[in-house]
Amino acid sequence: MGAVTQAGAVGAAAMVAEAAGADGLGTGGPGTGGPGTHGGDRPLLSAERLTKRYGGRIGCGDVSFELWRGEVLGIVGESGSGKSTLLSCLSGHLAPDTGRVLYDAGDGSVDTLALAEAERRRLMRTDWAFVHQNPRDGLRMGVSAGGNVGERLMGTGARHYGNIRAAALDWLARVEIAPDRIDDRPSAFSGGMQQRLQIARNLVTGPRLVLMDEPTGGLDVSVQARLLDLVRGLVREMGLSAIVVTHDLAVVRLLADRLMVMKDGHVVEQGLTDQVLDDPQHAHTQLLVSSVLQV
Amino acid sequence: MAVIEVDGLDKSFTLHDQGGAVIPVLAGARLAVEAGECVALTGASGAGKSTLMRMIHGNYLAGAGRIAVCGVDVARAAPREILALRRDRLGHVSQFLRVVPRVPALEVVAEPLLAVGASREAALGRARALLTRLNLPERLWALSPTTFSGGEQQRVNIARGFAHPYPALLLDEPTASLDAANREVVLTLVDEARARGAAILGIFHDAAARARVCDREVDVSAFAPVPA
Repeated sequence: MGAVTQAGAVGAAAMVAEAAGADGLGTGGPGTGGPGTHGGDRPLLSAERLTKRYGGRIGCGDVSFELWRGEVLGIVGESGSGKSTLLSCLSGHLAPDTGRVLYDAGDGSVDTLALAEAERRRLMRTDWAFVHQNPRDGLRMGVSAGGNVGERLMGTGARHYGNIRAAALDWLARVEIAPDRIDDRPSAFSGGMQQRLQIARNLVTGPRLVLMDEPTGGLDVSVQARLLDLVRGLVREMGLSAIVVTHDLAVVRLLADRLMVMKDGHVVEQGLTDQVLDDPQHAHTQLLVSSVLQV
Repeated sequence: MAVIEVDGLDKSFTLHDQGGAVIPVLAGARLAVEAGECVALTGASGAGKSTLMRMIHGNYLAGAGRIAVCGVDVARAAPREILALRRDRLGHVSQFLRVVPRVPALEVVAEPLLAVGASREAALGRARALLTRLNLPERLWALSPTTFSGGEQQRVNIARGFAHPYPALLLDEPTASLDAANREVVLTLVDEARARGAAILGIFHDAAARARVCDREVDVSAFAPVPA
């Protein structure tokens, strides 16, 4: 059991006071993610001609795009369209055959694929977050909920138990997990709670970029809505940039500013989300949009 | 230069999944809306009023031509430029409200103000004032509009569209499902927006509403493509 779950003796008032400093968001709050979060002269992330082949088959082919601060990019396509391969290449989980992924947090651009492993891991722990479709891939199932959130903070150098526990409590509240569940393991949680815990674990360090792979996959519809609402609020409050891979057009309609449509490893259409969905140009996008069942 | 300027605008839809049928809708559309002016789009159902409105909003792509809104050519702008335009300069009241389930009506209305950096207090205050004027019962404010009646949803949509003082405003049938009292509130909001210098382009099926708030009309039937 992680040490962070054993700090219950610290006074509640002190925890709250320390939490403001611990989560690095003390001055933030709803409404502060104004136009400035969409600013910057250079994109936060630039993918340049990313190609990944599996033998003779193309996983993703010649994909380029830019992501700006505060922007949410949706990537949609059917199974096998290459969207998950693309996300894996972006996150460094998979090495592309060719292409570059440039990241610019404001202090110059770095080619994340050319980084030394230690540097890449540091980036993943601090500036980037990855939300897996299956919470089991993104959580430590044998560690308490508080420990899961605290562990990521400790990865960025946090050491004060009181601060860490307070930040964990704060984040559990933000993802709507009751404080009395802090010492429970994720295996005792429902799928929706596990997914929200995974989001808390990822966002506690205040990342700039969040990559999400089918974040609502496998969840009940009512739970999906709750999660989407939560993610949308966090993107606004924290000024996050995000890339959301999904096959669900309703998810991108609600979450994404821009949309890329993939088929057979290639981007066949991209643009404003509402424009691509309401006035699709490519035959494949028209097929996807017209195939959605209405309720 | 007018706040909204459309020139030489063409639009057709190609239906790839229906044998590649091409449906021409508009050819050579042109109009201009000056600051402080309210212009109504008229024409029979299917003439392309909503299509033209959606193109100005960047929701439909232009085939050819120019759409200038506050100096931004929507027909050629990058998505992020259109997003920025929609955030602070181009408001839109659509016919139907599309919101995230679970978000309370008050937040839905305050959202455009929060997006331009208003304080939470100021944004919620403005939202309360608008919902009060539009006679949406206070007990509904904390509830998601997804469960509201058509008229209630439309009032939330209108409050949202008028929350931020956009210099350009598109109104797609803002009074369609409202009773007389609320229709009058909406027309007064339009008057006030015009008085502060907003350029407004609207579709109003109700002729009395048009006569009450619009300076002139543009009949989109004039932009019907000539059959080849």
